[in-house]
Amino acid sequence: MSNAASRPARGRSVLVHPLIVRITHWVNAFAIVCMVMSGWQIYDASPLLPFAFPPFMTLGGWLGGAIAWHLAMMWLLIANGILYLGYGLASRHFKRSFFPLSARGVLSDFRSALHFNLSHTPGVYNAVQKLLYLAVLLLGILAFLSGLAMWKPVQFEWLAAALGSYPSLRWLHFIAMTGIVGFVIIHLALVIIVPRTLPSMITGRVRMDDKAGMRHEA
Amino acid sequence: MKRDTGLIRPRDAAPELKRVERRLLLKTGLSLGALTMLTGCNLSDGDEVDRALFAMSRFNDRVQALLFSKTRLAATFPASRITNPFRFNAFYDEDDAPEIDASDWKLEVSGLVDDKTPWTLARLRTMPQENQITRHICVEGWSQIGEWSGVPLHLFLKKIGADTRAKYVGFKCADRYYSSIDMPSALHPQTILALDFIGKPLPTEFGFPMRLRIPTKLGFKNPKYVVSLFVTNDNPGGYWEDQGYNWFSGS
Repeated sequence: MSNAASRPARGRSVLVHPLIVRITHWVNAFAIVCMVMSGWQIYDASPLLPFAFPPFMTLGGWLGGAIAWHLAMMWLLIANGILYLGYGLASRHFKRSFFPLSARGVLSDFRSALHFNLSHTPGVYNAVQKLLYLAVLLLGILAFLSGLAMWKPVQFEWLAAALGSYPSLRWLHFIAMTGIVGFVIIHLALVIIVPRTLPSMITGRVRMDDKAGMRHEA
Repeated sequence: MKRDTGLIRPRDAAPELKRVERRLLLKTGLSLGALTMLTGCNLSDGDEVDRALFAMSRFNDRVQALLFSKTRLAATFPASRITNPFRFNAFYDEDDAPEIDASDWKLEVSGLVDDKTPWTLARLRTMPQENQITRHICVEGWSQIGEWSGVPLHLFLKKIGADTRAKYVGFKCADRYYSSIDMPSALHPQTILALDFIGKPLPTEFGFPMRLRIPTKLGFKNPKYVVSLFVTNDNPGGYWEDQGYNWFSGS
């Protein structure tokens, strides 16, 4: 094709997820699963609400094992988080991918999504995606800060005091976890509805179906 | 593993750790299957996983020692915030808590100290007493505010001529419980050999006649019914610590 240089040609694959985003995504997925499951085991030692997580959903086998998992995986999550946030800020990935974000855009894209009529340009997030990814990023930061304050309420007393009393730290951590798990459920549901987004998170590439990008109607 | 002595020397630490790892493995193994299914990772070699978890827990001990500040104090509260009733907690039922006769009780002192004379309760009362209203945080996640008074451990260690360059202070208890803390935490101004709870001698359920109160560590690092205190360079471990709880467990 003569105009191949100016736009992606039909059937050509383009890079939508850089290698560093793919690596940190899967390391994050593994670490979050470990953190949530060991966290549920820890929760079960002294539940905040009148329910406990069934043992098959937990990791560690008992409180001591769960804490060992939680405080080991914490470092993997921190290292991975630094790598991802560092890349996201330095490469302007956050700025490019998450902004601008407007309430009107979110509403209109949400309406389109409900009608299964949302246009999807590879590598470009729609407004609902932007909102969800930004929200889960903030929830992750809340989980990190409340967890750190709970681990070290004396050494990081300024942080613990800023977030409230010790019991409220547990609630904040629990709420952040609930939000993250909610995100994961929506995220996985969307992958099931649009399965072709999964291979691109591994290879980083998508095939262009037509010059206007992909449109999926389920 | 029921040990009557809390002392673990470096030469027998390796088989000790192995036993601990194996027990942790038995317990972690139960739900490892669920994780394997979810992630698709093969974590079937539980021994390796437990070894890695223990290595990370020792790494976390070192990180916490670095984060620890001798001058940073645990938050204190007004008397109106004291939790009432305060909760009994041990590895046995309240009925089985040891009832100690104050006239028989003596605190044995050993290890790297100059004066190994046992201490009576009356003599401990002659030392300066420090009072604190602090939050007792359990490893399980619940917490309660209580009021304790007793002898600051740093004054006691000075009095018995302890080598404060040693690494650990160990405690053995009348209920076979045992625990140990690092020297910097032992010298922290809020670490006390508590004799009183809310203005009265410790009741039986909270460790009569003496317990360690250390608000810069989790609850299980606050042994009750203490009968022996020793200073050492070999990590003495602890009842829960040897089963897999993080040893430092600082706040």
